[in-house]
Amino acid sequence: MKHTASVLAATVLVASLGSALAADITGKITLKGTPPPETPITVTDPNCGKAKTPVSKTRFYAVGKDGGLADVFVYLKAGVTTKPAPSATPAALDQAGCEYTPYVVGVQTGQKITVKNSDQTLHNIHPTPQVAGNKESNRAQMAGGPLLEFTFDNPEILLRFKCDVHPWMFAYVGVVDHPYFAVTDADGNYTIKGVPAGKYTVEAVHRKTHLKGGGGLTKDVSVDASGAKADFVVELK
Amino acid sequence: MTPETESPWLRRLAFVVVLATFGLIGIGGLVTSKGVGMAVPDWPTTFGYNMFWFPIHLWSGGIFYEHTHRLWASAVGLLTAALSGWIWVRETRGAVRWIGLAAIIATLGLMGVRTQGMFIALAVAALGMIGFCFTRVGSDARAIRWWAALAFCAVLVQGVLGGLRVTAMKDEIGIFHGTLAQLFLVLLAAIALSMTKLWRELPAWDCAPGIARYRRVLLALSALVLLQLILGATMRHQHAGLAIPDFPLAHGKLWPATDAASLAAYNSARADVHDPNPITAAHIFIQMAHRLTAVALFAAAVWLMIRARRDLGRAHTLSRFALGWHVLVFVQACLGVFTVLSNKAADIATLHVLFGALTLVSIALAAVCAFRLAANSAVDATVALPADSRSVRTTDVT
Repeated sequence: MKHTASVLAATVLVASLGSALAADITGKITLKGTPPPETPITVTDPNCGKAKTPVSKTRFYAVGKDGGLADVFVYLKAGVTTKPAPSATPAALDQAGCEYTPYVVGVQTGQKITVKNSDQTLHNIHPTPQVAGNKESNRAQMAGGPLLEFTFDNPEILLRFKCDVHPWMFAYVGVVDHPYFAVTDADGNYTIKGVPAGKYTVEAVHRKTHLKGGGGLTKDVSVDASGAKADFVVELK
Repeated sequence: MTPETESPWLRRLAFVVVLATFGLIGIGGLVTSKGVGMAVPDWPTTFGYNMFWFPIHLWSGGIFYEHTHRLWASAVGLLTAALSGWIWVRETRGAVRWIGLAAIIATLGLMGVRTQGMFIALAVAALGMIGFCFTRVGSDARAIRWWAALAFCAVLVQGVLGGLRVTAMKDEIGIFHGTLAQLFLVLLAAIALSMTKLWRELPAWDCAPGIARYRRVLLALSALVLLQLILGATMRHQHAGLAIPDFPLAHGKLWPATDAASLAAYNSARADVHDPNPITAAHIFIQMAHRLTAVALFAAAVWLMIRARRDLGRAHTLSRFALGWHVLVFVQACLGVFTVLSNKAADIATLHVLFGALTLVSIALAAVCAFRLAANSAVDATVALPADSRSVRTTDVT
């Protein structure tokens, strides 16, 4: 009994210590090379422009200051031993101007994703997972209709949401089994918050360059009280 | 076609159904080309509505194409039912007539129950009936009523395949749906052909023996075109866009590389609005197979044209048909090239589908005529004077 209490105390101590030592992994993703020009989109539904200026072209390569690449999903690929329960706060996708906002989002397995329709037109929300166990569905959402909720039980990078009514509309969801992930901002910067001290492999995945054959860019980091830094360069060949 | 079924209005109806089906294939092609096949997520309802009462103001974006496809398909289904029922009534007598008619009307009535379960049950029954129809036409290919019954069952199965493609979210079903559409068009066109003056008078034409000799060649060409259409349907329903975006080379080579690094480079360079599924090696192989089959098909069309001219003479009906068909195959090949060079523009890709259907229907009807003439001459040979037998002999062209 006494022994069990000691073990429990030690476990709590280690967990608390790990928590206390939790820090952030930060970095920047830079694009090297000239991306192909974005393709203009012909919006065929006049209702698309009623709530917000409709989308005008594709956004495969959103390059910001100093070549920073936006919409890259960054997560801990290996080294995570403690996997907290998913956040009760859902990840949110909005449909406005007949495009998804944000374009890339991350969630933990089991965490809810809510999808909102801010447009004055009907959308269908059609996640198309490729990993077994994640369910494909296709649900209609009328203008101003209630939020639709989705959850996925298995990790998948990146899981595509699409709208078949407006076939240029896409969003990509990175689903991982822990909360240590981030998406790069307009300038290519990211922060993975609250990572316990330890050694990890960080992977950065860009939708156009790292799927089906390419794999993501990876880097090993060691997180201590001051955190860690991992920059990546996405090269276009 | 028997004398009982000869009616100008029935013939006109048959041609209307053929044209409507051709148009339906065009709209179906448009739906796939625009990537909006899943725009209406439910079936047989449309966003929960009875599809015939779906409000027009909601026909926005891709819904317009998909919903039009569904309504047009319903019209084709009804027209096919009318055609089948009419042919059945004219070719049968007594209880058989009324049982057949009652079956068609009962099926249409049951389709009023707009649930997926009902439609699947009807499709399963239709599949059984298709098997039975084949046994009947196997014993008497001239019994048009059984071909018509086959068409009615096929349109039902085709509709259910289209619906299940949506609700089951399986691309593979779309390949069957696209292929069955082409076969259904051939069947209807053959039924319509059997009602024409040409069909009745063909055996008496001087050119008949020459056409009959080419029956196996025409059948083989029909099979080759069908194979090509299946490859095309597979490409379309993989939703991978253009796996090879250039022509005449393929990713800059005679045979494109399919290693992981090359695939990654292809995918990163794509900027398709529809952001299709990433290219895989399988997508590239399928498109290369489609290209190579197109080359083989064009070569075969040229061969048929030259061979028929040498063998039968320039003025022979088959020679003239072969010349026209060769032009059709050439136009179709050009449309395929333009589909690639236009980055799969929806209108050009749809024209490519339609010309594919025309290519199949024309060669398949020629094969049907040739087999009929061969069968006729075989019958004639048994009753004709021995001196005539030389003129109707149907030695195969190999």
